[in-house]
Amino acid sequence: MSQAVKRPKQKNPMLRTRQPTLPPAARSRVALGLTAAAARGRLELQVCLDCAVVQYPPREICRACLSHRLAWRPQSGRGELISETTLRNAQELFFRERLPWRVGNVRLDAGVNVMAFLHEKVAAAPCRVHVEAALDRAGQAVLLAVPEQGRPLLSDDPQLRETTCDPRARKILVTDGKSAIGQAVTRALAAAGADLIWIGEAEPWKKAAGSEALHELPQAVPIALDVTDGRSVRELAGEIGGKVDILVNTNNCHRAFSIAARRGVETAQLEMDVNYFGLLRLAQEFAPVLKARAADGTASAIAWVNVLSIFALANYPPHGTYSASQAAALSLSHALRAELGATGVRVINLFPGPIDDEWDQLEMPPKLSPASLASAVVEALKGSVEDVYPGDVAQDWLARHLDNPKALERELREEGR
Amino acid sequence: MKTTSRKKVRRNIGGNKAPLKTVRGLPTNLSGLIASDAVRLIDLTQTLSPEFPTIALPPEMGQCRPFRMEEISRYDERGPGWYWNNVSFGEHSGTHFDAPIHWISGRDLPNNSVDTLPIKHFIAPANVIDCSKDATADADFLLTVGHVKAWEKRHGRIAAGSWVLMRTDWSKRKEPVAYQNFDETGQHTPGPDPECVRFLVQERDVLGFGTETIGTDAGQAAHFAPPYPCHYYMHGAGKYGLQCLCNLDRLPATEALIVAAPLKILKGSGSPLRVFAIAPAGRNDDSSGGA
Repeated sequence: MSQAVKRPKQKNPMLRTRQPTLPPAARSRVALGLTAAAARGRLELQVCLDCAVVQYPPREICRACLSHRLAWRPQSGRGELISETTLRNAQELFFRERLPWRVGNVRLDAGVNVMAFLHEKVAAAPCRVHVEAALDRAGQAVLLAVPEQGRPLLSDDPQLRETTCDPRARKILVTDGKSAIGQAVTRALAAAGADLIWIGEAEPWKKAAGSEALHELPQAVPIALDVTDGRSVRELAGEIGGKVDILVNTNNCHRAFSIAARRGVETAQLEMDVNYFGLLRLAQEFAPVLKARAADGTASAIAWVNVLSIFALANYPPHGTYSASQAAALSLSHALRAELGATGVRVINLFPGPIDDEWDQLEMPPKLSPASLASAVVEALKGSVEDVYPGDVAQDWLARHLDNPKALERELREEGR
Repeated sequence: MKTTSRKKVRRNIGGNKAPLKTVRGLPTNLSGLIASDAVRLIDLTQTLSPEFPTIALPPEMGQCRPFRMEEISRYDERGPGWYWNNVSFGEHSGTHFDAPIHWISGRDLPNNSVDTLPIKHFIAPANVIDCSKDATADADFLLTVGHVKAWEKRHGRIAAGSWVLMRTDWSKRKEPVAYQNFDETGQHTPGPDPECVRFLVQERDVLGFGTETIGTDAGQAAHFAPPYPCHYYMHGAGKYGLQCLCNLDRLPATEALIVAAPLKILKGSGSPLRVFAIAPAGRNDDSSGGA
């Protein structure tokens, strides 16, 4: 449990809200390989396919044999902190506001030296450490060193906390609090120390099992929100937008139809209206206020979470129109990430495989329980990632997608999944 | 009130205060009639809004799209001098009209869609049967032939070609949850029983049936024989439906004319519409329409 973060005092309305600053974001294209892995919570370094030498910093050709055949490969991150220093001056505004800042030189067991930010729990050099890749507020990969044994929470360190979006003491909007997923996410966020959770509820006359029990949670505040209704979204943003630190978009309209199994486009329009236009409406109304509060003290606006589907990566033909709506939402989430990223508010996407609910009833196990998905949401916020593929099916699809998207398309045509 | 006196009032809708000159029964100063104190107009229409409930069906079935409104421009860069919206809705959202083609029983009738209905049907007399006490006591209250005949003893026989409006005061349930009134066994709202609908269609040849609830049928009507009898019998006989009406408590039991003209939608099965009543002035909110 994080001890560093307490519920902040109420804001002093006489003081100007600080403007967000970002750490330097420029990276070469090849260096973005580090970011691509960090976005999924992995430390990867380039490895020469000819001589197996590990490379750092990222480069075009092998430092040992000049081969250009370099591939990103997962690394253990184990190594030794051989020297350290504490920065007390910086030209960059981001660091200038946060000094002093502890950095060290780590000799990885893989054979390269890296510069890493040091967690406050790391002992004085020399000592054994574990180096991880994390995302800074600019969304770029940075290397962090934590003690090799007994990994501390990143949010326990006042500087490294900014690589996370820890929900502790935050005010959070869960956009659909009626679905099984929305309810599980609300409970998980409450358990993770959220200060207040607004739970959006559309069509109040349709009662959802579990809703009344959820309202008993001391942190839960049910509010009217229908993402298919622009006015509803606009009015809620006017009411609470200036207080939301984390928005978790759990709205998800899943209708299990192929193209041939459903006449007309009405159902597909509903899926698109919730999954794509719903996200767009939320983004138009809430993103501006989140951006304005990206540096608003210890409980600033910090993250936007979209619960998408692994079907966003590749169309699952039995759920063909739903998959298309997910692909649209995924694409839009990248635009949202670009806009929010300019102020350091992180967009996290989750891509679960089939969920153990009524719409995936006919899918074969393994299926992800809403509670497991909710845990993945909280872990993503506590960690330092952008893209999460929770569960075996999602991991399997991702691996196949990364290896050969065309092959995955053909496989889905033949086998379902 | 006896049948004879009711007919008298019908011929002279202005009431006794200001007898109108007529030419073959038509007032010569129709516009003057509306402007005068001789009649009052009563809006029977709910506001079309995104929050107004729509009929709920199992989610795997096709759904009636609720009313939605997206701004085109609002005196801004999208249109500096004007404000307007694009709206979308199902044909059966808000206060709306059901045409015979809406139901499978009426699908082969001539002139059964809103674009082909006879325009003279858009203005017709109303018989308002007050079931408000019964519906307050029992959300599943069903209007029966017995209720209708008892009402006729007090107000006269229901004329062919007139509307029968079932007043329940349901429209006063402003909270959508109370208005829809669902529990795990479905919806609980009042409506007519099958025998009553058959009677109104076959014995009285009404123009249609109107309610304050989300449908012309009772909330539990899916379990009736036949299912949704008001839809089945009314539309099967070329009759109409009006639902989500309001202000029925401000109508007299008889004597009001209903103006209900649906949008002229090609092959439309119904449409939201503005429904209003023209009633004689000098008769305050009438609570004497009880069955």
